[in-house]
Amino acid sequence: MLAFILRRILQSIAVLLAVGLVAFSLFRYVGDPINAMVGQDTTMEQREELRQKLGLNDPAPIQFAKFIANAARGNFGLSYRTSEPVGRMILERMPATLELSFCAALFALFVGVPMGVYTGLYPRHWTSRLLQAISLIGISLPTFLIGILLILIFAVSLHWLPSFGRGQTVQIGWWTTNFLTVKGLQALILPSITLGLFQLTLLMRLVRSEMLEVMRADYIKFARARGLTNRAINFGHALKNTLVPVITVTGLQLGALIAFAIVTETVFAWPGVGQLFIQSVQFSDIPVMAAYLLLIGLLFVLINLTVDLLYFAVDPRLRGGGLARAGGH
Amino acid sequence: MAAASNNPPLLEVKNLRVEFPTRRGTLLAVDDVSFDIAPGEVLGVVGESGAGKSLTGNAIIGLLEPPGRIAGGEIRLEGRRIDNLPYEEMRKVRGARIGAIFQDPLTSLNPLYSVGRQLVETIQTHLPLSGSQARARALDLLKEVGIPGAEMRIDHYPHQFSGGMRQRVVIALALCAGPRLIVADEPTTALDVSIQAQIIALLKRLCREHGTAVMLVTHDMGVIAETADRVAVMYAGRIAEIGPVRDVVKHAQHPYTKGLMGSIPSLGVRTERLTQIDGAMPRLTEIPKGCAFNPRCTVLGQRCMVERPELMAAGASRAACWHHDRGGVGQPVAKETVNA
Repeated sequence: MLAFILRRILQSIAVLLAVGLVAFSLFRYVGDPINAMVGQDTTMEQREELRQKLGLNDPAPIQFAKFIANAARGNFGLSYRTSEPVGRMILERMPATLELSFCAALFALFVGVPMGVYTGLYPRHWTSRLLQAISLIGISLPTFLIGILLILIFAVSLHWLPSFGRGQTVQIGWWTTNFLTVKGLQALILPSITLGLFQLTLLMRLVRSEMLEVMRADYIKFARARGLTNRAINFGHALKNTLVPVITVTGLQLGALIAFAIVTETVFAWPGVGQLFIQSVQFSDIPVMAAYLLLIGLLFVLINLTVDLLYFAVDPRLRGGGLARAGGH
Repeated sequence: MAAASNNPPLLEVKNLRVEFPTRRGTLLAVDDVSFDIAPGEVLGVVGESGAGKSLTGNAIIGLLEPPGRIAGGEIRLEGRRIDNLPYEEMRKVRGARIGAIFQDPLTSLNPLYSVGRQLVETIQTHLPLSGSQARARALDLLKEVGIPGAEMRIDHYPHQFSGGMRQRVVIALALCAGPRLIVADEPTTALDVSIQAQIIALLKRLCREHGTAVMLVTHDMGVIAETADRVAVMYAGRIAEIGPVRDVVKHAQHPYTKGLMGSIPSLGVRTERLTQIDGAMPRLTEIPKGCAFNPRCTVLGQRCMVERPELMAAGASRAACWHHDRGGVGQPVAKETVNA
């Protein structure tokens, strides 16, 4: 178990180094950073001096090592656009994105999984067929269109919910939260639904097909033969056996929610990291882009690590592999 | 069997019909099957794959897989009709009054729960016991089915047991709530030959001790000969012959049973060649007119081609064959004309 975790952590570090290399090469291939930093009338000597000072004349491996060492301490340099430290810029906007993604994930999980269970248990019922048809719409409509439609209905026509921004937020330390005010919570609803809808339909379809598969298993038939209640069979035996693939996909999708919140943030003018990234791309603000890349890489690695550990919690076959033989008859 | 013959039967199956509606019409998979099982009796049910023996077992425990359904007849357990019970009522019968054992012990247990938990769960579903009482009972059951080190093994997961040990756990699960009848569907087919004998001996011993009757569905005549009191031979959804196991094995009355017995190699007797039954069992869509066995029968008469035989007295058994009717089979029919 411990060996497994250590191995996973080492692998994660390797992955992050690779992502770091990609982020680092952004600096080298997207123009000369010196041009972006100095005015037009700067002499060649001054430019060379600055180059020397910033370490840009060092061999590439040394520059890369410095870049990684700085990144590990959260130092991503200054933004070309605003001259603010990149780390702080991202940190300021992170809570908005994390809260949005969190709500979208909750929405997808707590609506998608029950819908999947229901359609898996009663595949022939007309409500199942209806949910299946609706899920097709959810999976095929693009996110921005769903967002705009929701704004049109609930903000423009009905005036129930705000159409943009975070509404009212409360500052706790460096973290700004939507959760403590009614306005903030209202502002979360539409973007969360927009962001989570695709994941919801994905989860529903996954749980449904897994349930259909598991319900055919011999141990379910044997559980019926043992006279267990439907409740115990459906939720105790069947649902738990669908969990491993569901956890995998949920984990990956959680990463995707955070990484690809960009579209939703743009539609709802949500002041999150995604929006920052779009602005940085427009200004070729390389340090921000590189830091964003690394951050998303880190998130994916952390989520995958958690997912692997969850497998152990769910499936006993992965736990004491050696015990099987030792305990044999 | 002898001791039980005067008591009312534990299980009565009368004119059971199981059908499968399909796009091209309804298939009759079990056709007019009737038999009794006395308390404590072991009834073997043999036949080729598709003869309807497993479906009969599933119909009794009320777990026919849709679209299969009981189309006629009745099933009574201890005098109470159980084939038309609502699902929830039948659920209380399953496990409590009728236990079941399926073919593959490797897949019968939920891989995510320890065997102890699965036992306790079943016990508490049917018996009003506290958690610790149920666990004590689970432990006793594991010891009874011969799991070594049961105190430790009770918290192990199914994948930590071998196939034979898992089938022992499955038997413990079937016996959990003290059922009167166990429907065992091919309980040894998936096991090593050396383990098969152990499991059959265990099942036999436990059922004798608990006074539990068994409906033992298998295609292994050897297992039946060793275990069963009576045997029913099924062919194409009907019972071809039913009788005390010794009579059926030694003095088979139906040509199909004779063929089955001839195909079993026996030690000590030197045989040049085992006999075999030519052809295959007809598909449900192509059951011939008259006796269903007529395309493969070697002692065929005109009557077998047109009239379907019901079970009739034949020696110490009952067989569905016109040879045992006073009217006989009529004009013999040569094999070639049948195949043509």
